[in-house]
Amino acid sequence: MAEMIAIDGLTKRFGAITAVDDISFSVKRGEVLGFLGPNGAGKSTTMKMITGFLAPTAGTARVCGFDIQDQPIAAKKKIGYLPEGAPAYPDMTPAAFLDFIARVRNVDSGIRKKRIADAVEKTQLGEVLYQSIDTLSKGFKRRVGLAQALLHDPEVLVLDEPTDGLDPNQKHEVRGLIKAMSYDKAIIISTHILEEVDAICTRAMIISGGRVVADGTPVELEQLSRHYNAVAVRLEDPADTDAVKAALERIDGALSVDANKYAGMVTVYPQDARSLIAEVGQAMRHGRWKVAEIRVERGHLDEVFRRITQA
Amino acid sequence: MGIYTIFRRELTSYFLTPLAYIFIVIFLAMAGTFTFFVGNFFGRGQADLQPFFQFHPWLYLFLIPAITMRLWAEERKTGSIELLLTLPISMTDAVLGKFLAAWCFTGIALALTFPMWITVNVLGYPDNGAILAGYAGSFLMAGSFLAVGSAISPLTKNQVIAFVITSVVCFVFTVGGTGVVLNFFTGWAPTLVVDTVAQMSFMTHFNAISRGVIDARDMVYFASVIGFFLFANVIFVDLKKAG
Repeated sequence: MAEMIAIDGLTKRFGAITAVDDISFSVKRGEVLGFLGPNGAGKSTTMKMITGFLAPTAGTARVCGFDIQDQPIAAKKKIGYLPEGAPAYPDMTPAAFLDFIARVRNVDSGIRKKRIADAVEKTQLGEVLYQSIDTLSKGFKRRVGLAQALLHDPEVLVLDEPTDGLDPNQKHEVRGLIKAMSYDKAIIISTHILEEVDAICTRAMIISGGRVVADGTPVELEQLSRHYNAVAVRLEDPADTDAVKAALERIDGALSVDANKYAGMVTVYPQDARSLIAEVGQAMRHGRWKVAEIRVERGHLDEVFRRITQA
Repeated sequence: MGIYTIFRRELTSYFLTPLAYIFIVIFLAMAGTFTFFVGNFFGRGQADLQPFFQFHPWLYLFLIPAITMRLWAEERKTGSIELLLTLPISMTDAVLGKFLAAWCFTGIALALTFPMWITVNVLGYPDNGAILAGYAGSFLMAGSFLAVGSAISPLTKNQVIAFVITSVVCFVFTVGGTGVVLNFFTGWAPTLVVDTVAQMSFMTHFNAISRGVIDARDMVYFASVIGFFLFANVIFVDLKKAG
């Protein structure tokens, strides 16, 4: 089955507030879908409905063909879930906690030890295995939550802010871990960190006010940025700045030009994200200005994010 | 399977914190104090455990809410409820597993009062059948207190509130058969209501059993109370889990 997660018209209302408003999408095996959105946009609520914690007001969520409302146990067996804040039982040690999860998830007693050891190794929990969870640092707690979600090698992973509270090295490792697992799973992660979407997601979805406001590959989303395909030129001699600005403004397809006299930086923003590098190169050669650096900018995901979610 | 795993985790968790030990020590100390000093165990000159059992409802009144207050309130507070309820188990499994673990724990505390039974057997020739009935009755009553507390616990994230409300509800159930509550109804309510309220009392049914009279009606009463409150428990957890 290609579509591991199929969401159709999912809606959640809390009294008069509509937290999630008619969201539909599907995630295939091998896809890593990144949920982006401001706080309170409905990312976590959507995840809670997919994993069967909350019942939707309307719509359905199917996991590996099982409707989470009609066949909750069959569906939940397929899911590994890291809830927001990585809750666990603080009095337990990670070893006891993971053993509990493995038992609840009916991991065969023959392979239970091995599965737990695998999860511990992947999340590097070895050194704190016998320390009670409430004494652990935020990063370790998060990794206990991750280990718990991976334990039964689920086909579907739903991770609510998996790298929150981790230091840059740990973030890097967790992203590597998610990427390594992604080929045979369907994964949904939510995050505030836009670079994370670039690093691990095959697809990104921006959610705002409970609705999907943008959906595409990270590159497609970057194309929505006005910085996408902008050409930045740094001049050897900042005195040339005004002349260069004037020359670049005449290029066909240039939408606007920003200039910084002191740094000698001139940036051309294109119309319709078209490529202007050839024209800019030509104009520079034509004017015989000395160029220290020239580069084509990628889109700024955070700019797209701000523009879309504040509109 | 799901119930057993939850049960196992919960029961183990009591002994991970000082809670279990403090509870057991206080329970044993209070039970002893009431029996020997307030209940006049020696002065009565009778070889039975009536003075021991008669104080159980009052002990349970403040000790049982201390066990049940955390059952769901804590899960809601720490957010672990989200983890628990997205595991492949049913809500009923979770509720029953927690309840049975709490009941089993109370059973352990109750069983540790066995020196009382030894004492009374050393001192005289008690009716051990009646004592056994007393223990059974006390255990059933503890189950009812636990079911009430377990149902109230998901209604709040605050354990102190859960404690206080559980105590009050249990108090009403305990004294339901006495003047405190009945006087409120007599005079204006129909006899049927007064009788019903009297019959709803834990005390009425517990006293019957602890005297050694095991009547099916008393058993059915406690079983229904437990069943009803656990059913309410499932509903309350479902209603309040998101908040």
